[in-house]
Amino acid sequence: MWEYSDKVKEHYKNPKNVGSIENADAIGEAGALACGDKLKIYLKIDNGVITDAKFQTFGCGSAVASSSILTEMIIGKTLEEVRKITNKDIANELDGLPPEKMHCSVMGHEALEDALKKYFGEDTQEEKKDNEKIVCNCFGVSEAEIIKAIKDGAKTLDDIKEANYAGGGCSRCIPNIKILLDKYAKKDTAISPVQFILKINKVLETNVAHELGKDSGGIELVNVEGKDVYVKLTGTCSSCKNATLTLKNFVEKQLREHVDEQINVIEVK
Amino acid sequence: MSLVYLDNNATTMVAPEVLEAMLPYFKGEYGNPSSIYDLAHGANLAVKKSREIIADFLGAKDPKEIIFTSCGSESANTAIKGVLDVNRNKKHIITTRVEHPCVLNLYKDLEKRGYQVSWIDVDSKGDLDIGSLLEAITPDTVLVSVMMANNETGTIYPVDKISEAVKMQNPDTKVFVDGVQAAGKIPINLKETKIDLFGISGHKFHAPKGVGALYVKSGTMISPLIVGGHQERGKRAGTENVPYIVGMATAAKLAAENLKDELTRVKSLRDKLENGILSNIKNAVLNSRGSVRVPNTTNIGFQYIEGELILLHLNDEGICASSGSACTSGSLEPSHVLRAQGVPFTSLHGSIRFSLSRYTTEEDIDYTIEKLPAIIKKLAKISPFQKELNEIFK
Repeated sequence: MWEYSDKVKEHYKNPKNVGSIENADAIGEAGALACGDKLKIYLKIDNGVITDAKFQTFGCGSAVASSSILTEMIIGKTLEEVRKITNKDIANELDGLPPEKMHCSVMGHEALEDALKKYFGEDTQEEKKDNEKIVCNCFGVSEAEIIKAIKDGAKTLDDIKEANYAGGGCSRCIPNIKILLDKYAKKDTAISPVQFILKINKVLETNVAHELGKDSGGIELVNVEGKDVYVKLTGTCSSCKNATLTLKNFVEKQLREHVDEQINVIEVK
Repeated sequence: MSLVYLDNNATTMVAPEVLEAMLPYFKGEYGNPSSIYDLAHGANLAVKKSREIIADFLGAKDPKEIIFTSCGSESANTAIKGVLDVNRNKKHIITTRVEHPCVLNLYKDLEKRGYQVSWIDVDSKGDLDIGSLLEAITPDTVLVSVMMANNETGTIYPVDKISEAVKMQNPDTKVFVDGVQAAGKIPINLKETKIDLFGISGHKFHAPKGVGALYVKSGTMISPLIVGGHQERGKRAGTENVPYIVGMATAAKLAAENLKDELTRVKSLRDKLENGILSNIKNAVLNSRGSVRVPNTTNIGFQYIEGELILLHLNDEGICASSGSACTSGSLEPSHVLRAQGVPFTSLHGSIRFSLSRYTTEEDIDYTIEKLPAIIKKLAKISPFQKELNEIFK
């Protein structure tokens, strides 16, 4: 189960400001039923100050807690002050949220933003420039920041997570990060087919053959087609009933680690 | 506040008799069953006896057909990878969309490694499309894999009939059945079926966590997942976990003795809970609608209210239940089982599984039926779907 702070527990058990406001000056929404969470926030605004706020939330414990605390945070504040609130502020006010639940604070922030945009008559459909677009909402990481991480050498999702936390929260943005990885990581690392084969051969000769040799076995590179690497086991390996395990757990792992993550090792008898 | 434990499909309490039976094998009888001296004899005998009890429990022909493992996942991995390894020229597998993640994710992984997997659907009640399953069989089909009872809905799939039909079409195709949620809840008699491999897990029937078993029908070839010593007739290396094996055998014996209770008293408590919820709470809809069901499980969706929030409030009242399987209640994805069944989004995210055991009392059920309506009423007030909820509750 999640490790929720006492503050989160307090707010989902006894949420503050539940309900709707008749004649609200602004109503904001975020999320959708199909995604498993939806939030509606109602604001009463008087002379640029939020005088009342209420919410209705369909979502988990942290979604309700985020909504509840958000209403407490904004009542009595000026619109100017409220516009400066970020999703991280909401999470901090709750004494933190589990990383996988950061999107709950994002949703609170989105609903608030939506309400304010409607209040000021701003176009909610307005799109930011591509490179300013936020990809990971949980940690507020933009497309430009992710591309920079890739150009600085990030090759996998874990590398990106390490560089700027992107994808480390609710994980909904991971498909988009993968697209960026495909688009930008490959260009830098693309090598010619000949280099690819040479690299494979080198790993087989240095890392693999030596290990198999300890059991009087050996390995020969037969062919490379795309990412499929065809090999032949020789010596004692050729008759070993656990050869598949050796190929997958050791040979393929070595090649994936040192040459290309998508390599598939296939045995030729 | 007393504890009401209604999450027995996730894990169960260790039966007091089970713990008692295990203790001597921690204290005096600590010998390695493979050793030669007298001290080891007791341990060796205990493993032998346990194997006979588990064989009996599953209706195996011969105790030699039972391999002890560390858990249900290991049983499944041993069965599946073991069969594929000795049949490397065949690359087609048939399974269902509603398997437990330990099996489902293994097939997804195998799919990436060049296997072709046919995923069989269920209908809106949760029953399996057996016609499509049989149609999918080809000469290249190495394995058909169907669970006996679903962990989330309790639906029973007719694995005995399926195994017969599979063998009629292709006698070489092996049949693996994940029996984890069936063992101890319904009668199992493997010798009367054509099932080749059948996995169970001790902690689902009041043995401790960390022990399981795999039935491998005589004549079925598998290569071991864990390679090393000669234990378990070369099919699973590693010194036998004697106290846990004894514990699981004791639990199996108790489960067999209590099977009648499970099928009658537990079932009537489950039905009381189910009817109590469905008739008192208007936005409750039944997800466990399969034709046949294990006696201890019900799965109910609450429209327009999110499941985790319900679980947290139940927890505050001392009631343990679960949404989806325990493996997924830490994740944000809605249940793959309910999605396969086509449960609408209105109740998909608000689905709760209650699973009973022979230790469940009438008071537990009455208490839950009493507490739940107030929780749902409170949470309905928080929901943004007031119009829809008012319509349901009017």
